[in-house]
This record gives sequence, structure tokens and C-alpha cells, in this order.
Amino acid sequence: MFDSLSEKLQGVLGDLRGRGRLSEEDVTKAMREIRLALLEADVNFKVVKEFVATVKERCLDAEVTKSLTPGQQVVKIVNEELTALMGQGSSKLAFSGRPPTVILLAGLQGSGKTTASAKLALHLRKKDGKAPAIAACDLQRPAAIDQLEQLGKQIQVPVYRRDDTKDPVEVARWALEQARAQGRDVLIVDTAGRLHVDEELMDELVAIRKETKPTNVLLVLDSMTGQDAVNVAESFQEQVAFDGVILTKLDGDARGGAALSVKAVTGQPIKFASTGEKLDQLEPFHPDRMASRILGMGDVLTLIEKAEEAAEEDEQEELEARLKAGKFTFDDFLKSYDMMRKMGPLRSVMGMIPGLGKQLQGVNVDDKQLEWVRAIVLSMTAQERAHPEIIKGQRRQRIARGSGTSVQQVNQLLNGRKQMEKMMKQIGSGKQPNLQSLVAQGQMRR
Amino acid sequence: MTRTWAELLGDEEPEDTEPEKKRRFRRLRSGLTKSRQAFARGLTGWRYDPNDLETWERLEEVLISADIGVETTQEIVERLEKRRPKTDEEVMEGLQDVLGELAAPEEEPRLHLDGTPSVILVVGVNGAGKTTTIGKLASRLRESGRSVLVGAADTYRAAADEQLEIWAERAGADFVGSTRGGDPAAVAFDSIAAGEARGRDVVIVDTAGRLHTQSSLMEELAKIHRVIASKLEGAPHETLLVVDATTGQNGLRQAKLFDEAVDVTGVALTKLDGTAKGGIVVAIGHEFGLPVKLVGVGEGIDDLQPFDAAEFARALVSGGGPDEDEPEG
Repeated sequence: MFDSLSEKLQGVLGDLRGRGRLSEEDVTKAMREIRLALLEADVNFKVVKEFVATVKERCLDAEVTKSLTPGQQVVKIVNEELTALMGQGSSKLAFSGRPPTVILLAGLQGSGKTTASAKLALHLRKKDGKAPAIAACDLQRPAAIDQLEQLGKQIQVPVYRRDDTKDPVEVARWALEQARAQGRDVLIVDTAGRLHVDEELMDELVAIRKETKPTNVLLVLDSMTGQDAVNVAESFQEQVAFDGVILTKLDGDARGGAALSVKAVTGQPIKFASTGEKLDQLEPFHPDRMASRILGMGDVLTLIEKAEEAAEEDEQEELEARLKAGKFTFDDFLKSYDMMRKMGPLRSVMGMIPGLGKQLQGVNVDDKQLEWVRAIVLSMTAQERAHPEIIKGQRRQRIARGSGTSVQQVNQLLNGRKQMEKMMKQIGSGKQPNLQSLVAQGQMRR
Repeated sequence: MTRTWAELLGDEEPEDTEPEKKRRFRRLRSGLTKSRQAFARGLTGWRYDPNDLETWERLEEVLISADIGVETTQEIVERLEKRRPKTDEEVMEGLQDVLGELAAPEEEPRLHLDGTPSVILVVGVNGAGKTTTIGKLASRLRESGRSVLVGAADTYRAAADEQLEIWAERAGADFVGSTRGGDPAAVAFDSIAAGEARGRDVVIVDTAGRLHTQSSLMEELAKIHRVIASKLEGAPHETLLVVDATTGQNGLRQAKLFDEAVDVTGVALTKLDGTAKGGIVVAIGHEFGLPVKLVGVGEGIDDLQPFDAAEFARALVSGGGPDEDEPEG
């Protein structure tokens, strides 16, 4: 059930476990697959070329370890290199010794600057305890100022707007004065979307930069951007010298190779990722997660490591054998559930399973919601746990009372176990499980 | 042949077609100049040699850097190889033909406006340019002599209906507003009812941008589509997916999932005035048979054009169009 890239690599490399080094021929074959994967993820083709050359060298030098197949070995190296490349540079914002700290946001039309301004303001207010304000300097798009003002109200952050001028440089200058006078710590400057080849508008951005002397200039980049991301980044870099990136719309299923392209050509780090439509859905950037996302795989290796840490080996083997035989009692349910809990929050664990990341899109996995599952199982007798089919009406009522849940919930869980048994059989037979139906059960309760 | 609005709308050609064609073409060309230069640069100094692997790799890179995608690029190269071109010129010609075939799965795509009123539903991901496209489209339809009403069924984004209202005013179209957080399907319904009552020719329904992966929002969109269909027989007459030209391979996922939810009838490709080449529409045409109908080449109200696949391909591939010596507008 490993994902396509690992599988493809496995296909071209075969099982060379324990044979020592990867041969030049093996590596060349593997690199072809890596190149394709990166191109499909929208990493710029020039960046791909350079990156593949680096990885190739490392692969030739690498010892093939016993524990991993050659395919996994290559994936591990690629993953490490990607993470290293994307993780360079600070992901933190810089704050000026003399407030207000100015943060200038710039980018193409539709990349998400206005929403990002509000999200960043909320983040600064809540997470950093700052008193931010926003300057509404997008005077191009109709009603952009109204949009920002409404968002400002929602997050209780003042928005400085002027309706008597069409000059964003003047608005920025004035807004900075306001921020200073009102003792705000941070001023976020939202600007109009512009094409990097539009000289007039790029000059205007340069003028805003000069006027406000920002401590941070952030490029707002749509994670769905394709090959053109390098041209955009290079132009913005040349003209306004941004020092960080906000990656938006990461809640979609774009692989986000543009992030790597931009990092590679400008050297500037991704600082934040926007992961949803709600205003609190802005997170500090995680280079490791992005690396596995670009490769189109769950974090296979981390999952393997965590699983190894969490479960005693023989216990795990026993469980695996039972699962493959299609037997799945409530004792197993409890055991695997506890094992998963030891590995971390459920959602992140499931996100690490290759192929499931996509299925989880739009599905909310709330750990608390699943606590009642545990309570129900603990209210069962040993016999009931081992032979769930005996749990009929009377027993269901008793279990519901004992666990403080309803009969309906007990029924849900009983159905859930049946489904899980089916799912485990699918995994055993190498098919991909349908997780959504399982998770949907957890959601029915809401 | 460059396509005109009259051709796109299935209208009689006005007498002064030639000037309109020229004006339109100049705009498209000036919008595309940068894309074309970048594309041509990739091919400059490139001498075709059928036995040289590097030649084909170079070609692949040019196509991939236009966001055409690995798979569609391979398809293009295969089709091109079958034609056995012998000279550089034959390669270029072949490439134009093949790109045209793929991006125009439908011969001469039209905007189907045969209802009373005709309903156009506009969908797409956040920031693709839906509202701007609607503003420009409304203006063009007004110029063609049609009366237009636009409905603001984007009840999610702050100030979305203010933005649309400003565009409607510019275009001289009626406007049906909404309240934030309201039911978008109800707004769509009201818009059509108002369009019918006032005898408008076209009703354009704007929707909130949504990522195709948000299943609940996609269901909401499907509901809007259902409500429109039950309100007026044959509606929506067009369901346009708006795709940003800078979009990479994710555009394929967008096309697939939006098509599944609301049965897309055409694509509007926006922001083609930058350096992005918009090659993703070639992949979309190839994989899903969805024709591109409109292209946006600037922020002005006139910067929306009928899509012409052969022209698009030609402009992308060659260093100059048929009227290279014509001054840029």
C-alpha cells in the first residue's frame, strides 16, 4: 500500500536489499522517476534538473541499509534533501526595535493577499500578543477595501482606509503615521495584486516599500502556481527584495512544487502556510511536511519510525497476523487505537499514511470525538470484546449506560468495527482502504 | 483566422468586423507577447535534428515549462513524431496543429445563449478571477446588444457583492445582491426570477471561490446548479470554469471535480497577460474535452476575448504571428 512514487522506485530498482551500494544504473533509473514526480508537482524544470543532480550524487555514495528497500532508501535521501533545502532560513518574522514593525505583503492578483493580511493580523494578535493594524493599500480591485474592513471587524484589528485618494503610497505613508500615533506594534500593508511584468505597478510597489521601510516583505504565493512561479519570484525579488513567503490555499490538493521553486531561485524561506478559509487557519511553515507533500507521499519514513517506537515488536506482529486473517475484535480495536494514540494526534497519523492524505481532505478528525469509542469498548465484558457478534439489544443498552453514551452510538461503533474489519482485509490484500466512510461515522455524532 | 465575439455568440457579423478583429487581435497579441517571447526563447537557436535526442528533450522542456504537463507533453511529442517533420519549420507547424487539436476538442466553441433568459453560471477556485471575468463578459454582452443581469451568489467572501456591483455598474447591467452568509442558491433563484420578470437576455450568476477539495462547498455548488436547472428549463445554458493561467498541474484536478459537480461546459482562461503560458488548458482539453471559450488578457473592461485555439497555439509557438509587422496597440 505504499504510494506511487515509492512503488515506482521499487519497480525500477527491484529488491536489492543488502547488496551494498546502489549502482549507477539503478540511480539513473530512479532519478528519472524523481524528475517526473517533481515536474508533476509543478517544481520548475530548471530547479528539478539541479536538484536531481544533487540527489544523484548522494545516492551513489549511500550505503543501502538493511532496514530499507532501495526504493525507500532513495525516497529517504530525496526527502532529506528537499526538507533541508526548504528549511533553510528563519521562518520567524523580524520585529523592529522601534515599533511599529511594518510587514509589506505583495503578490499576483488572486494569490490571497487580503485574506492573508487578516490572517496574519489575527495570528500576531493571538499568538504573539501584538497589537497589529492593517493599511488598506489595494486601491485597484473594486471593493477590496470594504473586504478588508469587514475582515478587520471580524478579528478586532483596526483597518486604516482612505477614500479621498487613489494613491496607495500616500495611504501607506498616512497609515504608518496613524499606527505610530495609536501605538500599534505592527502595521500590515495590504497591496493590490499586480503582474510582475507590469512596470508601472511594480514601481508603485517599490515606492510603497521606500515610504514604509518594512522590516518584513512577504511574497504571497498561491500553492497551485505552476512553472511560472520562478519568473514571478525572480521579478519580485529583484524589485522589492522580499524576505519570506506566505504560501496560500494549501488546503487544496495541489502538491505545491512552486514553493520549492521559489525557495530555490530566491533563497527566501516560506514563513507561513494558509490552510483553510477560516481566519485562524494560518500556520508556521513545516518544511518536512511540504517535502513529503511535493513528493506526493505521506511521510512514510516518519510513520515507520513512529510505529516502531510505539509498538512492541511481537505485539505488532501478532496484531498484523490477526488483521491479515481478517479477524478484528474489540480487543484489537482498543490495542490499535491506543497504539495510534501513542504516535500522535489521529489526524496527523492518518495524514502520514500514503494515499490517505487526499481522502482526508475536507474530513475533520477530532481526537476528542473518538474518546467515546474508547469508553464504549471499556464498558464491554471480555467475552463481548472477543466475540462482538453476541452484542444484541440488552447488552447494547447496558454498554450505553456504562459508558455514558447512547444505544445509537454503540450501534455506530459496532458497525464501525465491521467496516474496519473489512478495511483491514483490504489492507491485507494490498487494496487501499476507504477511510472516509470510517471517519464519516465519527462525524455523524456532531 | 481570429475569432470574433460575433462568432463566439453565434451572431451575424457586424459590418465593421475587420476593425474589431484587428483591435481584438492586437490586444491578444500584446497580452501574449511576453508569453510568446519566453516560449520562443526556449526554442531559439534550436536546430531540428531527428536523430538528436537532445532536440526532443529540449522540446519537452519548452512544453513542460508552459505548464502543459508531463503526460500531455508526451502525447504532443508522440503525435509530432508521427508526422515525421523534416525541417524546423515543419516542427513548428506540426506543433501548432497538435496544440490546436488538443486545446480545441470542440470545433469553433460557442457561448450557448439560446434561453430566455440565458443563464451563465460561473465557478472556480478562490482568486481565479471569476468576478472580474463576469464584469468583462457582461460588458461585452451589452455591446453585442443584449440586456444583462448579474447575480451575486458569492455570499461568503467579505465585500464580494460590492465588487460585483461596481462591475455591473461599469458594464451597464442589472444587479441582484445578497447578504453575507445568505443562501447562494436562493440568490441564483432570485436572479433568474428577476431576469425573467424584467425580460433580460442573459443572467450571469457569480459564485464564491472554493477549492475543489472542499466537499461540502462543492455540494453547495451542485445545489446551486440544481436550483437553477429546476427554476428554468435548459438552464444553466453555460457553466464556465474560470482557470488562472498561472495554474500548474492542479488545474486538472480542478477541471475534474468542478465538472463532476456542475457539468462544466467551457473554460475561461484568465491572467494571460503575464509570463504564464496557460498551457494547463491544453492538458484540460486533452483529458476532459473541455473547450476554452474565453481568455482574459488584462484588467481593463475590454480585456476579455473569445479563445481561438489555433491562434493561441500559434502565438505560443512562433516568434511572430501572421501580422508581425503590425504595430502593437
